Amino acid sequence: MVVENNIIIEALWVLLEQVPDPEIPVLSILDLGIVRDVQMHGEQIEIIITPTYSGCPAMDAISMDIRLKLIENGFKDVKITSILSPAWTTDWMTQEGKIKLKKYGIAPPKMSGNSSDSSPVCPQCSSADTKLLSQFGSTACKALYQCNDCKEPFDYFKCH
Amino acid sequence: MDQLINYILHLADSNLILTQRNAAWCGHGPILEQDIAITNITLDLIGQSRNFYQYAAKLINETSGKEETEDSLAYLRTEREFKNLLLAEQENGDWAQTIARQFFYSLYQYFLYEKLQHSKDEQLAAIAAKSLKEVTYHVNWSSEWMIRLGDGTTESKERLTNAVATLWPYTGEMFLPANYESAMIAEGIAVDVIELKNDWIKKVTSFFEEATIALPENGFMQTGGKNGVHTEKLGYILSDLQYLQRTYPNATW
Repeated sequence: MVVENNIIIEALWVLLEQVPDPEIPVLSILDLGIVRDVQMHGEQIEIIITPTYSGCPAMDAISMDIRLKLIENGFKDVKITSILSPAWTTDWMTQEGKIKLKKYGIAPPKMSGNSSDSSPVCPQCSSADTKLLSQFGSTACKALYQCNDCKEPFDYFKCH
Repeated sequence: MDQLINYILHLADSNLILTQRNAAWCGHGPILEQDIAITNITLDLIGQSRNFYQYAAKLINETSGKEETEDSLAYLRTEREFKNLLLAEQENGDWAQTIARQFFYSLYQYFLYEKLQHSKDEQLAAIAAKSLKEVTYHVNWSSEWMIRLGDGTTESKERLTNAVATLWPYTGEMFLPANYESAMIAEGIAVDVIELKNDWIKKVTSFFEEATIALPENGFMQTGGKNGVHTEKLGYILSDLQYLQRTYPNATW
């Protein structure tokens, strides 16, 4: 039974890998680091997630998408629990996720601790000579920068 | 339990009312980037207040058997039941007044949540730890604007000075605990706001120096918001905020 459960839980993680972030569809919710745990209570599946920003409107959509993905795959009794502690940090974003972000044209977050002094690297031309245009960008998690070399403006996923 | 619920509602209400005020800037900011900035800050504030309301609703329902939700708490309570700070309900005025209000509030939130994250109440501690990261950003943004406006042109300095004079009498209330708050402070759940005052004043003073504007003389301070006694402005805010649910009860999207 335990072995069987482990197999199901592994399968669930694979399914969660296929749920994209609605705002940045190139990232899966696993890349973002918001799925904290997957548990089974008899027939019931519990997915434990944590919000990125308190007011992030994508969280409701993500809960719905997880539910739909699992229902599509035959898991009918799905409970999604949101926990706040420990608070989400961009340090939980996977390395693979950061590479995907850069390819998508968004500068990935730096690790917290060595963040504030240097500007992010331009995702287009990889120049380190960039400037802040606005601390707030197109979503709560991003800031707006411009590259001084290739002149392209770009989003930076803020270190959080 | 009532005192804990009142304390949580107080925290939630201040955020909600300031959210409603700030949201009026949506599409009207002085430039696009700043329009986005104030609305992003506002999104954080509403998210934080949702966390508080959901927690309050859970406690109310567990103890009284009522069926409150985050929505019923926001849309169906009356003016005298709202426990927000008077500062939050003050008018947007010009950009300087909105900035000064945000700066005073964000800085207060920063010191408050810094302590609240160590509350004996685990859920309040979790909400505070989460919110603190967001509020740190709000303090950076609003303090930069304080400096830019204060140390800017004659016009911007005059506007900021007027804004500070208008809002200052509503700042004292932040550091005077209401009865329910004192009860929760004694239990190690609420933050003792009296202890935050010095840090707050010190920080305000240093930013004011950089912004080359004077700190108002300590004058008369308005109180009452935490106990549901508000300026006349709250009624107007609620009539906008609650209009839909009052007119079409239980309407949904």
